[in-house]
Amino acid sequence: MTERMRRRGWLLGLTLALALVAAACGGADDAGGSSSGGSGLSGKIVVDGSSTVAPISEAITEEFRKEQPNVDVTVGTSGTGGGFTKFCNGETDISDASRAIKDEEKQACEAKGIKYQEFRVGLDGLAVVTSAKNQFVDTLTFKQLAEIFKDGGATTWNQVDPKFPNEKIAIFAPDTESGTYDFFNEKVLGDPADGGMKPRSDYTASSDDNTLVQGIEGQANSWGYFGFAYYQNNKQGLKDIKVAEKGTTGISPNTETITSGEYPLSRPLFIYVKEDSLKKPEVGQYVKFYLEQTPQLIADIGYVAAPPDDYAQGLSKLQPFLATS
Amino acid sequence: MGERVIINALFACAVLSIAVTVGIVAVLLFDTVEFFRESSLVDFLTGMVWAPGQGGGEGGQYGVWPLINGTLMIGLGSIVVGLPLGVLTAIYLSEYANPRVRGVLKPTLEILAGIPTVIVGYFALQFITPSLLRPIFGDDRVFVFNAAAGSIAVGLMILPIIASISEDAMRSVPASLREAAFGLGSTKRQVSLRVVVPAALSGIAASVILAFSRAVGETMAVTIAAGNSPKMTLDFFTSIQTLTASIAQTVSGEAAAGTVRYNALFALGLTLFVITLTMNLISARIVRRFRQVYS
Repeated sequence: MTERMRRRGWLLGLTLALALVAAACGGADDAGGSSSGGSGLSGKIVVDGSSTVAPISEAITEEFRKEQPNVDVTVGTSGTGGGFTKFCNGETDISDASRAIKDEEKQACEAKGIKYQEFRVGLDGLAVVTSAKNQFVDTLTFKQLAEIFKDGGATTWNQVDPKFPNEKIAIFAPDTESGTYDFFNEKVLGDPADGGMKPRSDYTASSDDNTLVQGIEGQANSWGYFGFAYYQNNKQGLKDIKVAEKGTTGISPNTETITSGEYPLSRPLFIYVKEDSLKKPEVGQYVKFYLEQTPQLIADIGYVAAPPDDYAQGLSKLQPFLATS
Repeated sequence: MGERVIINALFACAVLSIAVTVGIVAVLLFDTVEFFRESSLVDFLTGMVWAPGQGGGEGGQYGVWPLINGTLMIGLGSIVVGLPLGVLTAIYLSEYANPRVRGVLKPTLEILAGIPTVIVGYFALQFITPSLLRPIFGDDRVFVFNAAAGSIAVGLMILPIIASISEDAMRSVPASLREAAFGLGSTKRQVSLRVVVPAALSGIAASVILAFSRAVGETMAVTIAAGNSPKMTLDFFTSIQTLTASIAQTVSGEAAAGTVRYNALFALGLTLFVITLTMNLISARIVRRFRQVYS
C-alpha cells in the first residue's frame, strides 16, 4: 500500500514539474507578446482590507483585467483594521476600508514613513423596511430596533411600543454570513465583546434578498432590513421605516440622506493608496480605472455611489501621480 | 463461462450499492466526529437554539431541537394531509372504481408522484398560502412562509405513495373474504371499511411509515415554502426550519469547508439518517408482525 502510494506521489511530482515547465514557457511567451504590443502594463498590485469594500475591488479588478491582462491584482479581505495593519507595514499597495483611517493607524503609517491618498468610492446603507400593508409603524428608534433583533427580543409588536397592536413580528433578515448582518449588529446591538447584545436566531434568514423582499411584502406584521440598493429596486410593496439613532425624530433612507451621512445606518467606503505605489503606472491606472468605473458598477454590487464630485476630486488628486509616471 | 461473467457482474452491482451506503455513513460519521470535537454533544442533543454563526464569525449555538421540531411538524402535518386522502383514494381504486376509471386515475397519481419537488414548493408558496390558507385563516395569522403550506405540499407528494401501496395491500385481500361478508348481507361500504381495510392494515401502516420517511427527507418544498426560521413552536402558520432545509441553506451559503458550521452539516445529516433508518426498521417490523397470510 505505502509502496504504491509512494509511486503515485512520484508520478504526481513529475506531472506537476512538467506542468510548471509548460506554464513558465507560456508565461515567457505572454511577456514577449505584450512588450511588442507597446501599451500593455505589467506588475503586481496587492489590495487588502474591508470585506465590505472587497466586492467593489473585485468587480473593478475583473474589468481591469480585460484591459490589462498582465497586471496581477490580488484582493484580500482581512477586514478594515487588519488591512490597515498590513498597509502601514508596507505590505500592501491599496487598503479597502469601510470607515476613515483612525488616528493610531495614521501614526503607525507615519512611523513607517508611508504616505497615502484617501479616495471615497461609495456608500453602504441599509434600509429597515416593513410591508406596504403595514399601517402602524413609521419610525423606530435604535433602542426599538435592538428590542426587535436582540436575542430573546420582542415577539409581538406591542412589546416594541405599547401603541402598536398585539400582533406577532415576522422577521426577515440577511443570514449570518452577510456583511449587512454584521453592520446592523455592530451599529444597533453593539460589539458583544464590549457589552453589546447578541442577535436573535429565530428569524427567517436568507442570503437571497428576493426571499426577504417576498416575505416582507407578503404580511403586514413583517419587519426586516437589507442593503439600500435592494430597497430602491423593490419599492413597490415595501415601506421604509424611518430610523432615529438619538431622540425620536426618524430619518428615512434615500440617496441624499445616505450621501450626507445623516441617515444613521450608512457608512462611507474608502480605498487608501500608498503614494509610492501610485507612482507606478500600473497602480496609477488601476486607481484611475477604479474611480471612473465605480459609479456605474456600484449599484449592482448593492451600494450607493458617492456624489460625482467625490470621484472628480479623486481623479484630480490622482493627476500629479499619473503625470510623473 | 458466459454465465459466470454475468453472475459476477450482477454480484458486483449488488456489492456496489452496499459499498456506497457504507461509504456515505462513513463520511457522515467522520465529519460528525470532527464537529463534536469542537462543539458539545450534550448541547447538540439538548439545545433549544439553532443559531450557527450567531453574531457573525465562528460562534453560535448548535442545539438540534428546533430543527427536529420543524421536521416532525412537517412529517406529521403531511401525514395528516396525505393519510386520509391516500387511504380513501386506495379504497376507491380497489373497491369501487371500474376498470376504465382506474385506468385513468392510477397513471394520474403516478404523475403527481413525478412532479419535481421544487415545483410543488413554488405551488405551495404561490398558491396554497395566498389562495387557500390566507383567505381562510387571515393574512395576519398566516406567515408568507409557513409550516402548514409546507405540510400540505409534502402531503401531496406522499399521497401517491400511501395510495399506491395501500391499494396493493387492499387488492391482495382475497376475494373469498369479501364474498363471505357479502354473503352475510353486508353492504359494499361495510365490506370496504370493516373487512378490506382491517385486512390490509399492515400494508397501510407500512405505507404511512414509508411516506413519513419520505416527508422527513423532503428538502426543496420545505426550503421554499416553510421559511428558514429555526424555532421551537407548534404553530403551523408560522415559519419553521427542517433539518433538510437547514442543510440546504448552509450548503448554498458561504460556510468554508472545515469550519464548525460546515461540519455541523454532517451532524444534521446523521441525525436525519438515524430518524429515517429508525422509521424504515419500524416499517419492516410492522409488515412482518401484522402481515396476515391468506391461503
